[in-house]
Order: sequence, then structure tokens, then C-alpha cells
Amino acid sequence: MQFLFRYANPHNFMRLSGAVLPFTAIATALCIGTALYLGFTAPPDYQQGRTVLILFIHVPAATMAMTVYGAIAILSLLSLVWRHPLSDTAARAAAPFGALFTTLGLITGSLWGKPMWGTYWVWDARLTSFLLLLFLYLGYMALWNAIEDESRAARAAAILALVGAVNIPIIKFSVNWWNTLHQGESIVSGALAPVFLAPLLIMMLGYLLLFLTLWMIRIRTAILERRARNLMQGGAA
Amino acid sequence: MSPFATLLLRDIKLAARSGGSAALALSFFALVATLMPLGIGADLRLLARVAGGVLWVGAVLSALLSLDRLFQGDYEDGSLDLIALSPLPLELTALAKIAAHWLSTGLPLTLLSPLLALLFNLPAAATGVLFVSLLIGTPAVSAIGAIGASLTLSLKRGGLILPLIILPLLAPAVIFGAGAVSAALDGLGAKDALGLLAAFAFAAVLLSPFAAAASVRLNLGS
Repeated sequence: MQFLFRYANPHNFMRLSGAVLPFTAIATALCIGTALYLGFTAPPDYQQGRTVLILFIHVPAATMAMTVYGAIAILSLLSLVWRHPLSDTAARAAAPFGALFTTLGLITGSLWGKPMWGTYWVWDARLTSFLLLLFLYLGYMALWNAIEDESRAARAAAILALVGAVNIPIIKFSVNWWNTLHQGESIVSGALAPVFLAPLLIMMLGYLLLFLTLWMIRIRTAILERRARNLMQGGAA
Repeated sequence: MSPFATLLLRDIKLAARSGGSAALALSFFALVATLMPLGIGADLRLLARVAGGVLWVGAVLSALLSLDRLFQGDYEDGSLDLIALSPLPLELTALAKIAAHWLSTGLPLTLLSPLLALLFNLPAAATGVLFVSLLIGTPAVSAIGAIGASLTLSLKRGGLILPLIILPLLAPAVIFGAGAVSAALDGLGAKDALGLLAAFAFAAVLLSPFAAAASVRLNLGS
């Protein structure tokens, strides 16, 4: 716990994130650039042709959509149990990225579905649970915006995020029970050829770094905004 | 009378008398069921096919109508502060309110459903399954709804944000409930779906009071 609380102080966070930001930004550009190059020079898939390129955008987006929700859930727990002061700000800053990754996953999935399944949208289990995930993100952000008192909004949003986290596996199970058409996972099982696997993994790392970079910028902005507001009200920064 | 029973009876009386939210929910449910065939056509075979899904979604939406007032009225006139000060733990208060909401909304909706199923030409066996699925599934709607209601109790326009928050969480109830009816229509056993629905409802009723009590606490500023 010691480690967590050292960076709970916004001042320490500003110092650390300021030092780390340039490196993560450069690493993001390198990873996404390399993955794009490898992806475009990879041979077309024997079944899917060039549409296999969507894989490199679609799968990392889907992975990140769930990772971000996991991060929000953990931060919410930290905020509710230990009153960790920075985690509310961090959770709130992460939510729009989660919604964006979910939307990107849905859009690229639907573009991929047209040539593969012959239709833009199918009521398949994964697509449906992702659509529900998008609504969970939208509800979470709406609740944050609706409650004026910031500390109340933070705790209400944290409760909602945890309720959602408990519910997501159930939603996933119920939707699976309902219908399945989406292809199974092919990374861990080794079904993906190395020529596609390498750019995919690099791209996933690139997405993660991109999220971390933008996330830090948003948290920093939120902290600076709060300081500015405090100064305007004549309080201590 | 125990504090729990007192609160339960008080809330049921309020639901029955002030504005009659129970009667409103029933009328809304009947109206949704009336408009639906107007939208999708009068083909009785098609209507029987979609009856389970339409009536389940209709029941969930009807139960939503009165949910935003679950804690809000008591919050606005200050009685929620007094209830919170009473010896009854806030978790049990939430449970009493969930039970009152179900008895004044979920149960009447369930009792009305066979009549509406008749309008949709649903066979008798499937109607029985629909009735049972609503009977065991609507408590989950009241329970999860109570979380949303307690989170938004201080908001003037909480009724707008409440559906956005809780409808995604209710997807499993609709899937299992309507799935049970479809299974019965296809001559397959509805037991699997009903069992899953019961498990979902049980977990929801068991866990929701804790989340609802936590968010009431934060809204009372204690």
C-alpha cells in the first residue's frame, strides 16, 4: 500500500507524470508505427485477404475497452475503501477513453463483419456485450456529470463502477448463453500465424501506451484545473 | 409491529394512494402491449413468437416508471434522514423499499401478464412460463433499480439518468426471462433459463441492499 499512497499526493503525481510523459509518448509512436509497418507488409490472409488488417485495430481496441473498465473498477475500490484522493480523478479521466475504445471496437468490428459475415451488425454475443459495455461507460460518465457536488459524484460513480464490475461477468455469461457467432480467441491458443501475431502484440502494447499517455495528460489537466479553481476562489493551491 | 414491516406497509400505502404509481405502471404495461402489435402487424404467429420478449421488456420499462421516486420523495421532505437515524440498519431499509416496490409494481405486472399474453396468442404452457419468469425475475428489477434510485436520489432530473444506469445491468434478466418463454414455445424445457433467472434475481436481491444503502449514506452526507 505504501507505494500506492506515495503517488496519491497530486504534487508527487505531477512531478512523476511530467518526467514519464515524453518517454511514453515516444514509445507509443514507435510501437504503433512499427505495428502499422509490419501489418501493411504482412501477406494477405488466405481467407480474409486484406481485411485482416482490421485485426490490428480491432483486437487491441477491444482489449483496451475491458482493461480500462478494470482500471476504473480497481480505482473505485481504492477510492471507496481507502479514500485514495487521486483515484477519483484518475477513474473519471479514464472513462471517456474506455467509451472511445469500445466504440472503436464496435465500428471496426462492424466494418469487418460486412465482408466476413455479409452484414454490418449481427446480434452475436460479443458484439452485444460490447454494446452493453458502451452503455455502462455512458451511464458512468452521465452520473459523474449529473451530480454537482464533486465528492458525492465521485463516490456515487465509484459505487456504480463496482456494481457494473460485478455485473459484467454475468452479462457476458447471459449474452453467451443467448447467442454466439463471433470467432473464438486465437492469440493464446496459437491459431494466429506469427506474421500476424507480431504486429498485433506490438499494436496492443502501442494502444496501452497511448492510453497511459493520454490518461496522464487528462489527470494532469484535471489537477491543474482544480488548482486554478482554488486560486480563483482565493484558497490555497 | 417491527420497523421493517412498518416501513414496508407505509411505502405500499404511498404507492397505492399518492398518484397511484402502481396503477400507472399497469396502464403503461397494457399500453406498450397494445401499441406493439400496431407496430409489428397483427400476424398471430409472429405475435406469439415475440410475446415473451415484448412483455418482458414492457414489464421492465413499466417497473422503471416509479423507481426514481423510491428514495427521492423521502429525501426531499427529510424523512429519509429520520429513517436513517432509526434503529433499522440502512441495508434493511433498502430491502424494505425494494420489497414494497416489488409488491406494488412487479407483482401486479406479473398478475396482469397472462391477460396480455392472451392478446399475443401465446400458448397456455408458454404463458405459464412467462408468469413464473416474471414472478421470479421482477424482484431483480426492483433490487437493481433500487441501486440506481439511491445513486440519483439527490438529482432533480434523476428519472432521466436512471434508465441509462440500470437498463444495461438488467440485460441478463430480460435474456433469461424471455429465453425461458422461447424455450417453452419451442417445446424445450424452460428449466435452465428459469434456474439462471432465479439465481440472478437471488443474487440481485441479496447484494443490492448493500450498494443502495452505501449510496443513500453518501447522499445523506454521513
